[in-house]
Amino acid sequence: MILLDRVTKVYNRSNTALDRISLHVEPKEFVIIIGKSGAGKSTLLKLLTREERQTSGKIVIGGIDYDKLKDKDIPLLRRKIGVVFQDFKLLPNRNVFENVAFALEIVGFGNKEIEHTVPRVLDIVGLKGKEKRMPQELSGGERQRVAIARAIVRQPKILIADEPTGNLDPKHAWDIIKILEKINHYGTTVLLTTHNIEIVNKLKRRVVTIDDGRIASDRANADYGQTQGGARG
Amino acid sequence: MAKRRGVLVAKAPGNHFLITQWRIVKTGLQNFARNLTLAIAAIAVMVITLTIILFSLITSATFNNTVQQITDKIDISVYLKDDVGAQKREEVIDQFKALENVKSVEFVSKDQALEDYKKANQDKPDLLAAISQTDNPLPASLRVKPKDPNKIEEIRTFIESPDIKALQSDATSYSGERKDAIDNITSATRFFQTAGLVGVAVFAIVSMLIIFNTIRMAIFNRRDELQIMRLLGASTWFIRGPFVVETVVYGVIASILSVTICHFLFVVSSSTLGASSFGLLDINFASKYFSDNFLLILTGQLVIGILIGAVSSVIATQRYLKFKTPK
Repeated sequence: MILLDRVTKVYNRSNTALDRISLHVEPKEFVIIIGKSGAGKSTLLKLLTREERQTSGKIVIGGIDYDKLKDKDIPLLRRKIGVVFQDFKLLPNRNVFENVAFALEIVGFGNKEIEHTVPRVLDIVGLKGKEKRMPQELSGGERQRVAIARAIVRQPKILIADEPTGNLDPKHAWDIIKILEKINHYGTTVLLTTHNIEIVNKLKRRVVTIDDGRIASDRANADYGQTQGGARG
Repeated sequence: MAKRRGVLVAKAPGNHFLITQWRIVKTGLQNFARNLTLAIAAIAVMVITLTIILFSLITSATFNNTVQQITDKIDISVYLKDDVGAQKREEVIDQFKALENVKSVEFVSKDQALEDYKKANQDKPDLLAAISQTDNPLPASLRVKPKDPNKIEEIRTFIESPDIKALQSDATSYSGERKDAIDNITSATRFFQTAGLVGVAVFAIVSMLIIFNTIRMAIFNRRDELQIMRLLGASTWFIRGPFVVETVVYGVIASILSVTICHFLFVVSSSTLGASSFGLLDINFASKYFSDNFLLILTGQLVIGILIGAVSSVIATQRYLKFKTPK
């Protein structure tokens, strides 16, 4: 589903953010990416959503070779990948329903289908009855649920969650993770970056550690002890 | 999660093209309403631009009409000796007609000249008395009308040539006063046309710059929103379209306003003030020209307004929305 082969990203010709990263993610896999701030996690995700281009190496996602991807086809690529951000990135002038509907409007869904689909997705993330609320009236956890609903409403094969729990308290953070697990359970490949070692330990999924632009470790069912986790977090 | 296959597929079924276009227009109109203060500034400058364009068009047409009317009256009178026979006369007329700049040649006989003279001096009985006591002293003449009164050199050279000179009784009359008037109007027309062109160019650029800035501010205010749209996979046209729609609305409003302003300037002022002209400007003709060509004028203004709006917003979004991924 996701294939990175010796991917390198160099900023300004000297600042190497990623150094020959190779990673293979199977369909329906749930992969957690951890690493310190500045380790290269965000750069990696930006390459996947094509906000940035790799300097060298190969990226293939869902059969799409990024080297052959034209600028005008980037929107089509992004429609196939759901993305959840740490800062939610909700449209401030639109209510909950409209924020989720927007993802469908972009693709050209009709109003009937939107009215049919959006409430069901809001139900999945537990926001039933809050359709008319504006983003600023919601708690952080609720906002992140809206963002997740928006990311999954087009039923993407891949969901990228960039520190979705970074701004949330532990209880809400765990709610969000449970939603991600549920989405993964229904067949979506999930890529999650986090600082939260507690979540990593609880999830017991494949963990890829990035350090200084390189993959430091890649373990299945990883469990980090509290002390090590503290150092990583 | 009760998602069924086919309900949530990424590609929407049916008429999604039209729905998308409609959404783009709707968003553009909403943004227009939201950015009203910025819109007013942009529209104001566009109105000035379009009004100058329209005003110079109409004044230039009016001046041309005035020049045409006076030009039609200008002629060169070549006075003939009494002994020039009919045959010789016809020969000369044909020679005149062969000249490039000659529009028409009219023969005025001695009798006709006397009639004209009497008519022109009806209120001067002593002159009339004097002329009736002698034989007809007035010469027959050829009244030559040039096509372009500014280019009579060729005709003049022909008149001054020895063959023709020998037939003439008096010095040729070039209706000099009229030529001065024509020169004045022609140079005024040229001045207004040049000033109009310069004004149009300056204000077109200024209004484009203001529209650039309006859109740049709108982009700046909504840069987060635009980034989100982009990350969600909105197409370039889906992001850019509303800006173009917004500025096209500026153009439509501005062109309607400018046509209204010119309507008041020409049509209303001519009918309420009862004025027939402002200085050199024949306001009656201007008003008639405006009314006769109203639909054409309105369409032209709409096209210019929409073009200024669309072009400047496309360039502004190109510059400030960078549609390419940085390498």
